[in-house]
Amino acid sequence: MQVPRFWREIPRYYRLEAAACVQCDALHFPPRKICPSCGANAFETVRLSGRGALTTFTIIRTPPSGFTDQAPYAVGIVELDEGVRLMAQITDCDVDTLKTGDRMIAKFRRIREEGRTGVIMYGYKFVPDVGV
Amino acid sequence: MRDVAIIGIGMTRFGELWESSIRDLCVEAALACFNDAGIDRLDSITIGSMSSGLFTGQEHLASLVPDYLGRRNVPAVRVESACASGGQAVRTAFLEVASGMSDVVLAIGVEKMTDVSGGEATYALATAADQDYEAFHGVTFPGLYAMMARAHMERFGTTRDQLAQVAVKNHENGSHNPHAQFPFTVTRKQVINSVMIADPLTLLDCSPITDGAAAVLVAPAEMARELQRGPLTVITGIGHATDTISIAHRADLLHLDAIELASSRALGMAGKSIEDIDFAEVHDCFTIAEILVLESMGVVPAGQGGPATLDGLTALDGDFPVNPSGGLKSKGHPVGATGVAQICEAVTQLRGAAGDRQIPNARIALTQNMGGSGGSSVVHIVEAR
Amino acid sequence: MVGIVGYGTQIPRYRIRVEDIASVWGADAPSYKRGLNLNEKSVPGPDEDTATLSVNAARNALLRAGIDPQLIGAVYVGSESHPYAVKPTGTIVSEALGACPRVHTADLEFACKAGTEGLFIALHEVQSGVITHALAIGADTSQGAPGDALEYSAAAGAAAFIVGSEDLIAELLTTDVYMTDTADFWRREHTPYPEHGGRFTGVPAYFRHVTGAAKAIMDRAEMAPEDFDYCIFHQPNGKFPVQVARKLGFTEEQWAPGLLSPTLGNTYSGSSPMGLAATLDVANPGAHILLVSYGSGAGSDAFIFRTTERLTDVRDRAPHTRTQLDEYRVHIPYGTYAKFRRKILKAE
Repeated sequence: MQVPRFWREIPRYYRLEAAACVQCDALHFPPRKICPSCGANAFETVRLSGRGALTTFTIIRTPPSGFTDQAPYAVGIVELDEGVRLMAQITDCDVDTLKTGDRMIAKFRRIREEGRTGVIMYGYKFVPDVGV
Repeated sequence: MRDVAIIGIGMTRFGELWESSIRDLCVEAALACFNDAGIDRLDSITIGSMSSGLFTGQEHLASLVPDYLGRRNVPAVRVESACASGGQAVRTAFLEVASGMSDVVLAIGVEKMTDVSGGEATYALATAADQDYEAFHGVTFPGLYAMMARAHMERFGTTRDQLAQVAVKNHENGSHNPHAQFPFTVTRKQVINSVMIADPLTLLDCSPITDGAAAVLVAPAEMARELQRGPLTVITGIGHATDTISIAHRADLLHLDAIELASSRALGMAGKSIEDIDFAEVHDCFTIAEILVLESMGVVPAGQGGPATLDGLTALDGDFPVNPSGGLKSKGHPVGATGVAQICEAVTQLRGAAGDRQIPNARIALTQNMGGSGGSSVVHIVEAR
Repeated sequence: MVGIVGYGTQIPRYRIRVEDIASVWGADAPSYKRGLNLNEKSVPGPDEDTATLSVNAARNALLRAGIDPQLIGAVYVGSESHPYAVKPTGTIVSEALGACPRVHTADLEFACKAGTEGLFIALHEVQSGVITHALAIGADTSQGAPGDALEYSAAAGAAAFIVGSEDLIAELLTTDVYMTDTADFWRREHTPYPEHGGRFTGVPAYFRHVTGAAKAIMDRAEMAPEDFDYCIFHQPNGKFPVQVARKLGFTEEQWAPGLLSPTLGNTYSGSSPMGLAATLDVANPGAHILLVSYGSGAGSDAFIFRTTERLTDVRDRAPHTRTQLDEYRVHIPYGTYAKFRRKILKAE
């Protein structure tokens, strides 16, 4: 991934900034310029809580290039308490004991890097929410 | 709109075709198609390829293909909708003929996937997903479908055996297909015990990486009547729809809205219902995909795709045969070629030329092609007249 | 008046035991454990680094501080394992918190005292009145060479402190410092592991500077060890901080709450800052706390704090340090440790 493309996403990747439609209150992550619910195009920025539950997941054992030394890793869809769903890696867990419905909390982590000399890309991952 | 008929079909074998470049594949499929059609005329070309650029570095197929077909100056366009690119090439060709803009149009689907490494191919395939909010996190296509599979198993009780049966059935069919990449049978046990790719999907749940091309020639039905010796095969319905690119945004993770809408629009245009369909070629990029498609098209109620498959509903001799060609699983999945190859199989069956995999009295076919994780789908209804 | 408004720490989930390292190299685990008073250390996951630990610690600090991140006028991240040789960790933290763009940001390095260095600068910068709030972080994911003594202790963790002049949880009473050019431990550019002077790292290095700074600040404040409720010294292992505390006249009751190294290891720039955070988790209002760091090369920063009533109001808003240390832990074998720490790399 090229640096400008990553850099542009920093408000989402670093701060989980979503868009709330001023007309119909629908919450969108990633933010939109056109509300798919009502067609309006005015939004307010909302920082998501990062807390939610795992709705489904898989364990990637054959990774794509850029992730080859990370396998196996879990990727899942978390539904945040605000109702927004997003996909991310699930880390700091035993992949074989993950269960749908587990409570999750978002953490700031390294997502990938462009080789040994390229830029490091940070973003959100989820860890099982055990109160620490 | 004019009625549109398919007057010729042709394809390469599907597999790891080391000796063939992307232009070689296109030429081979086109030559086979023109031989089959028995005419020389060509007004226009549509080309379906998901990512010739990422797989081979070659864009501008719209210039390369007519050039190497020896058809300098013929107009051409490449259309793209990830794995539905082939179906879109056929649809675009149909539109040119139906509208009266062109008379004879060649639709080619092609993908040359084996020049890059496995990891690079996985990356290229993942460009069909949301790059910034799915692929960025290291998810692969098997991973996306695996998440749907897990949810399907948890919500409906679909079992590993039921998923595996999709692969078993398709391999059984593909073992009778001379163009198939993997023309051999497999057992459910082999499927379940093959190496895990993304839990719960194993290697044999997944369609392979394949080289290949397929081509169909379309023309006004009137012209086809004058030219053809055999049965007329007409495209009577086309449906096309989209859904969110990211599976996290789907209204229901386990219902493919794009497939439901595309098939109902196609059937509506053809004036048919799903019960009228004699057989279907569907997009089994993964075993779970075939089950989701069956349910989303209303062939079976939601959650019943697994049991129905295990019961034989979709076997060659079942009430609703699915993927007599062997599907993507056994025949192979050169991404852009698949949608066109589905039409080739439909026509072969309707002509009664499918040999050991012939479905008796095949008159009305449905082909369903989809992109990515169901973000787009195009469905064709093809009938023998 | 100036002091700490909020604090937070982040400890990775993974641990490796001294015996699991010793058995690989044929070393005598009991003598390492006795000699260094170390049982196990924290290990960062493959997706963690100084930047991620800093952000997650700073978010905990914000929970306790309860301020709008836009009020933070400066961010200082002290580490000897910044993710980049050139490109600041501090701006990653500033962006992640939402403090940009009007935030002075700098990365600091001074071996293990880079964290307190940032705290020192932050406190005096707020004191000068040019900004209202500042964030200082000590964080590290440092490494010890395979089989070297430092491999048993080099650990990972981060402590973050938001400082200001209102709503304090701990008021700064005074600071002092003690610096000399003493090469007891160093790492040259382009080398992955540090080198050290063996026994030279003791009396002429650690003990001289810690003692020097402690005596200087107690002189300046006209305070004696018995005037303090707690003391925290840099913790390269579980032995040195106890030895220096005893020598200076402090008791176990005073150093125990802040002594994390026996089960955490040496978190380098995070070391004494994390000890301070653990102490704040249990201190009553009105407690006097002495903090003396140590960074090889060499020097010590010293601080005297007095806690306030507000401490007990806010300290449960984020996870306690000892809770993370004792409860959020999973042991890994040496192979996994070597892979996580990139001591071995997968062939591409």
